[in-house]
Amino acid sequence: MTTREEQEKIQEKFKERMDEDELLNCMRCGFCLPTCPTYIESGYKESHSPRGRIALMKAVVDGLIEPDEDFERSLDLCLGCRACEPVCPSGVNYGHLLEEARAIVSVNKRYSLPAKVVRNMVFKGLFPHQNRLRNLTGLIGFYQRSGLQTAARGIGIMKLLPDSLSSMEKVLPSVPSMKEMRNRPEHLAPLSKKVHKVGFFSGCLMDTMFLETNNATTKLLQLAGCEIVIPKNQACCGALHGHSGEKEGAKDLAKRNIRAFEDSDVDFIITNAGGCGAFLTDYAHLLKDEPEWNTRAIAFHEKIIDISEILVILGFHEKVKLKLPAQIVTYQDSCHLRNVMKTASAPRALLQAIEGIEYREMKEADRCCGSAGIYNITETEMSMQILDYKMEQAKGTYAKTIVTANPGCLLQMKLGIERAGLSGSMRGVHIADLLLEAVGERAEK
Amino acid sequence: MSASNEAAVLAAEVKGKMINIVGEGNFDDSKTGRLVYSYDATPNFQSLPAAVVSPRNTREAAEIVRICNEHKVPIVPRGSGTNLCAGTCPTEGGIVLLFRHMNKIIDIDEENLTATVQPGVITLDLINAVEAKGLFYPPDPSSMKISTIGGNLNENSGGLRGLKYGVTRDYVMGLEAVLANGDIIRTGGKLAKDVAGYDFTRLFVGSEGTLAIITEATLKLIPIPETKKTMLALYQDIESAAKSVSKIIANKIIPATLEFLDQPTLEVVEAHAKIGLPTDVQAVLLIEQDGTPEMVNRDIERMSAICKEENAVSVQIAESDAQAEALSSARRTALSALARLKPTTILEDATVPRSEIANMVRAINNIATKYHVKICTFGHAGDGNLHPTCPTDSRDKEEMERVEKAFEEIFVKAVELGGTITGEHGVGVMKAPYLELKLGKEGIAAMKAVKTALDPNNIMNPGKIFAKDSRKRVVITR
Ligand SMILES: Cc1cc2nc3c(=O)[nH]c(=O)nc-3n(C[C@H](O)[C@H](O)[C@H](O)COP(=O)(O)OP(=O)(O)OC[C@H]3O[C@@H](n4cnc5c(N)ncnc54)[C@H](O)[C@@H]3O)c2cc1C
Ligand code: SF4
Ligand code: SF4
Repeated sequence: MTTREEQEKIQEKFKERMDEDELLNCMRCGFCLPTCPTYIESGYKESHSPRGRIALMKAVVDGLIEPDEDFERSLDLCLGCRACEPVCPSGVNYGHLLEEARAIVSVNKRYSLPAKVVRNMVFKGLFPHQNRLRNLTGLIGFYQRSGLQTAARGIGIMKLLPDSLSSMEKVLPSVPSMKEMRNRPEHLAPLSKKVHKVGFFSGCLMDTMFLETNNATTKLLQLAGCEIVIPKNQACCGALHGHSGEKEGAKDLAKRNIRAFEDSDVDFIITNAGGCGAFLTDYAHLLKDEPEWNTRAIAFHEKIIDISEILVILGFHEKVKLKLPAQIVTYQDSCHLRNVMKTASAPRALLQAIEGIEYREMKEADRCCGSAGIYNITETEMSMQILDYKMEQAKGTYAKTIVTANPGCLLQMKLGIERAGLSGSMRGVHIADLLLEAVGERAEK
Repeated sequence: MSASNEAAVLAAEVKGKMINIVGEGNFDDSKTGRLVYSYDATPNFQSLPAAVVSPRNTREAAEIVRICNEHKVPIVPRGSGTNLCAGTCPTEGGIVLLFRHMNKIIDIDEENLTATVQPGVITLDLINAVEAKGLFYPPDPSSMKISTIGGNLNENSGGLRGLKYGVTRDYVMGLEAVLANGDIIRTGGKLAKDVAGYDFTRLFVGSEGTLAIITEATLKLIPIPETKKTMLALYQDIESAAKSVSKIIANKIIPATLEFLDQPTLEVVEAHAKIGLPTDVQAVLLIEQDGTPEMVNRDIERMSAICKEENAVSVQIAESDAQAEALSSARRTALSALARLKPTTILEDATVPRSEIANMVRAINNIATKYHVKICTFGHAGDGNLHPTCPTDSRDKEEMERVEKAFEEIFVKAVELGGTITGEHGVGVMKAPYLELKLGKEGIAAMKAVKTALDPNNIMNPGKIFAKDSRKRVVITR
């Protein structure tokens, strides 16, 4: 709930800060509507469509409506998947509008106490601090290894949690030990003739809960002839902050990362999480009001490239023999990798190069899976509706393996497999892990 | 632009009755709910409805209409709101009637070659569904990914395939419609021939929601053409392009698509999409033919010869689907390129007889120069249906006035050349002031007589088609 006062404040800030040119740039043609998952799943309600959301933002700026609860509802329910952008004839940057709108609402609104505690914990306490995140992940690891997990499941404590969260608990990867997490090297030598010096953006979640995937990624890069620098002082990309309206926090993290990679003299900066990569490429916009940082951000973002894209550029799939036992494989796009970083054909090309597998394109692979940062926790109902639709499409491919390119998507796919009762016959993997499996360097899990 | 219509709130009694019919979830009078149905794709029009109502079937639609008639509440039927004439802007308040639940394909009849659909079906969904059965529904407006059949019927929409296959009107066999008094009637049917009384089917098509609510339509299908081929011809002057068009048709070839782009459009397209087209050429024709392979090859060869005879500086024929894609990309990206130039994009559709295309394009360019506005023209050359498009900024009042004057002159010129003020976008509010140019006083009086007979209380999309006073302005600014 927002109070009248808060609403007035929000309205004022909208007038001041929303990019009017971008709002006007929307010509209301409606071409984005059929790509919007929330428009479709809400039963074709314009208020949950991109065109509707832009109109609502503009109406708040114009003073036609107040930023009331329904208005916030419309913003909250947006996945931020940005599927609405590539199809827009006008080139409206919806992502930027959404981010600014959410930032204004979150700064000018007093959250209820529990919501505040959670937000503070996540945005200020946890993600900016790699060591704390490591500890938390460590705690999860302890919980899994100690047998407590089995006990808790047995007692059914998990049944008390909302449906999605308790299933989520089942699909968390078995996390690495504290020691493994702390001992990541800062420098790795190429394992074939050196072609590039690259930086590796390790990411916060990826470097804790998904450490193995990070290891797979660096291994692939080494095999492809990359010398790798992994700066220690890099931080979380800030996407979670940015997308949830915590803009200031995101800016701090952005500066830390730009600084961390500036001195390393690398040709590329590699990411293996579509969500992070896309946010990194948006730093220049995030820091647009600070000219000096803006320039540094541009130099930074020009080097960002996803692991699939660089492997294809380096001809990895042509040089290295990739082979797996016979199975059907399908690919679920990471929204931000596809819609913002424009990487869509590279992962498919890599998968199709694997001997022994049959690659089958899933219907609407480019539609969001409903994970969307912490959306599956904050908007569980819509998220699960979207996920269940996704699993129908996945089932239609008869795939044994669903490949993703982002940790959030990966967890969501695993959750979907669990919910659809397919855990015996289907698995979700990150593309880097599957490729390493195909190289023969790692056994199937 | 009137932003609020607070006077037009629904009486509690009316609201209660409507909720009884459609249920709570399908009646919305929240500020947010109303705001998002206050506009369509027409620049600079916005006006809030009093409520938004989504009936689930014909019976519910009819009951809602009956209540509106009783209480004189305006009804604005709305598909996806992509029309470009402010046809779904609730300028007089009232309710917006949505067909988001009435979006089923009822049947595809392979014996009678018909499809029966509800009004909310998305055009492309229908096209895909019939093509899966080897059948063809030709009307393909550029907005087909999101436009609805209800909207297509009421605007009598055209598309790229119009020259050979006609427009929406040519594929409507029968309708189910709710009249202003709440009566449900059926017109036509799965019949190739039917002369039982007045042809209401034709009357309702293109009526822009001002005569009846369409709740079901039976559409004609044809067998799908076997193959398709694409070619592109470049010209140093507009006349040669126009002559090619006339000569192709005089040679009794009717291509499926015959699209045109002028030099200003090309320049913008090249700057945006970097396709590699020369920007000094004055005109481009994109031509497609479909049919049996023999016929397609023969026609494409003959058309290519004609284009060369008419001094095309280059003629390219696509040898593969990928090449066809590449050749048609200039036309496909035209709107994107134009829309990105400036915040406001005004997309018009003045139409002239095919033989007058060169004259019309030249007139448009002269008018643009005269008023110092940028107007790029592309469109359906085969139909004489041009899209003079103006990238501008609605906040710049002074420029907007010049834009209005320029378009007014374009409409006058089109009519002078034996053409019309709108070929496919409809009249709505946007072009109501100009209708008299085309129809004359008598023509308007006759149309009004029909309107009054069917909708005596003027509840069906009031304020559309007929202007309160004629010749005001094209673009209404705040
Ligand atoms: C980028 C762009 C490209 C376009 N390209 C083309 C093109 O190539 N060719 C073309 O012809 N048009 C084109 N249009 C215009 C527009 O898309 C068409 O007019 C389309 O048919 C509108 O469909 P809709 O579902 O959006 O209808 P709406 O805009 O919602 O409604 C259109 C009209 O139909 C009425 N209506 C809708 N449903 C019903 C019903 N069930 N009963 C009674 N009345 C009803 C409305 O009141 C309104 O008057 C384009 C528009 C845009 C924005
Ligand atoms: S596609 Fe772009 S211009 Fe069209 S309605 Fe959506 S955001 Fe607006
Ligand atoms: S970001 Fe995704 S959910 Fe949000 S409006 Fe765009 S398409 Fe819809």
